[in-house]
Amino acid sequence: MSETLIKVENVNKTYQRGGETLTVLDGLNLDVPNQDFLALMGPSGSGKSTLLNLMGGLDTPTSGGIGINGVQLDQMNAKQLSSWRSSNVGFIFQFYNLLPVLTADKNVELPLLLTNLSKSQRKDHVLTAMKAVGIDDRSDHKPNELSGGQQQRVAIARALVSDPDILVCDEPTGDLDRNTATEILELLKILNEDHGKTIIMVTHDPVAAESAKRVLHLDKGKLTN
Amino acid sequence: MKYWTIVYAGLTRKKWRTVLTISSIAIAFLLFGLLRSVAVAFTEEVDLAGDDRLVVMSKLSFIEPLPFSYWQRLKSIEGVKQVAHREWFGGTYQDRSNFFPKWPVPPKEYFEVYSDLIISEKEKNDFINTRTGMVVGQRLAERFNWKIGDKIPIMGDIYPKKDGEMLWTFDLVGIFSNPDNLNDEDQAFLNYYYFDEARSFGEGTIGNFVVQVDDKSDNERIAKEIDTMFANSSDETKTGTEASFSKMFASQIGDVGFIMNSILSAVFFTILLVTGNTMSQAIRERTSELAVFKTIGYLDSTILLLVLAESAILCLLGAIIGIGLALFLFFGGGLQDSLYGFFGDIAFKPAIIGSAMLLAILTAIVSGLPPAIFAMRLKVVDALRRN
Ligand SMILES: Nc1ncnc2c1ncn2[C@@H]1O[C@H](COP(=O)(O)OP(=O)(O)OP(=O)(O)O)[C@@H](O)[C@H]1O
Ligand SMILES: [Mg+2]
Repeated sequence: MSETLIKVENVNKTYQRGGETLTVLDGLNLDVPNQDFLALMGPSGSGKSTLLNLMGGLDTPTSGGIGINGVQLDQMNAKQLSSWRSSNVGFIFQFYNLLPVLTADKNVELPLLLTNLSKSQRKDHVLTAMKAVGIDDRSDHKPNELSGGQQQRVAIARALVSDPDILVCDEPTGDLDRNTATEILELLKILNEDHGKTIIMVTHDPVAAESAKRVLHLDKGKLTN
Repeated sequence: MKYWTIVYAGLTRKKWRTVLTISSIAIAFLLFGLLRSVAVAFTEEVDLAGDDRLVVMSKLSFIEPLPFSYWQRLKSIEGVKQVAHREWFGGTYQDRSNFFPKWPVPPKEYFEVYSDLIISEKEKNDFINTRTGMVVGQRLAERFNWKIGDKIPIMGDIYPKKDGEMLWTFDLVGIFSNPDNLNDEDQAFLNYYYFDEARSFGEGTIGNFVVQVDDKSDNERIAKEIDTMFANSSDETKTGTEASFSKMFASQIGDVGFIMNSILSAVFFTILLVTGNTMSQAIRERTSELAVFKTIGYLDSTILLLVLAESAILCLLGAIIGIGLALFLFFGGGLQDSLYGFFGDIAFKPAIIGSAMLLAILTAIVSGLPPAIFAMRLKVVDALRRN
């Protein structure tokens, strides 16, 4: 492992709920080195998704700093965050979130529509990403013609297609059976080890967490080992 | 255009809903096309300088006759080229369903004033020289299979002959045509001099005059001069173009333009609700997809435009289908011909298509904007939590 890629410094995240202040993250510090595979565990409602969203540039902290590769996400406005996300992070969700009317390859292509790539270049990138996750033989299938594991592979291809350094996964195996989950975790491992992706994965499943290089627990707004 | 995939995905998500929405928009625009084209006849200002012929009729009503002596006086007006006249004969050929207008006219002058009616020199002379002469339009001759030389019996209803006889018999001496306006070919003209001499009452009177002017930009002045000339006489006149008179008759039916516009307003209000509802539903059930777009890095403004594009396609497609259908009914389905006689210059003006497209875009914006703004404002983290 090498230099720090993500630096979370003294981050607070609070929500106002009916006059009360709910502190979700409380002066949290975290260093994620480049090419790390980090699993975040913790009870429901402990703020795992909240932290993940902050590191993925989907949300901004109430206070504190989030630096990634030298840029401070907490200083950016929504528009800047948008364009930062499009080239630096890939997101993988529990429920895949594919567009049901589009074929697999069209779903994977969506992030590339924001780039200046030509149609044929986009096609090449889509194919590369789909090959990397082993779903290239299903490129013209619609989501409802695919199994859960296959849909998650398509979603991973979509996250990979613009070749981001960071993959952010919120319970990526939460909706899959054990065997399929193992396959997906294997795939994430390969992406981490062979393709050099830094992966942060939220999971409830201790078996899934074993695939990671490190496991951190979040509880009452703080991280513990 | 690479974003087309996304718009397409939105539209095909629920195919039937899209088809139904487009259909109802299409029906609204079909109505719009048809009603607007008819309403033109009622609401458009008629340009008095639009025709080089002025019609002079009794101020009291168009069935009130005018004195024969007016003819010479009209001819004497500065800027008047020729004056003809016509009378409503009524009458039936064989059966009531065989209706067509029959006008006693002065043969020579009438064809001079209506120089757009094409007739051979010989047939025109035969009409002038045959007391019982009759000429008919080509379409009418074809309808009844008439040939020159035929004797045409017409059963009178307004005018019996002096001997009380109701049956008039005319000699068909000519057939005229007007390729530019086939409706003209559905008329028959009778020799006025024979008619006037033979009729049992009304001798020496005239129905309406048709005044041909040298320069139609003079219409305003000439019309005024004519009506002043006969003002304060026992037979006052009213002068205008044919178009201005058909508009006048039409508006006597009621404020048709207003009624039609009211119907259209109601229709479009409904369409606004229908489209607005469709769009809102379509966007709300897509919250998690929108979240994905935003996560991936789509800008809020891009999302706004994508939603608006979707409603624009719904509305424009509906408008194009509706107006296309209206055009088809109007021109292909012969609607123009069948309405022409009744409404006068009914027309499918290009402006109707233009305003339909404008209306479509307006509908798209008004119905698409609320859901588009909802989609734009949606916060990713909130949307993701809703899953
Ligand atoms: N927008 C919000 N407004 C108010 N409270 C919020 C909001 N987002 C999150 N929270 C609260 O913050 C806390 C942490 O939420 P978060 O989704 O990060 O938990 P989590 O660890 O991911 O839980 P789970 O394992 O159930 O996914 C919860 O108590 C949640 O109710
Ligand atoms: Mg969570």
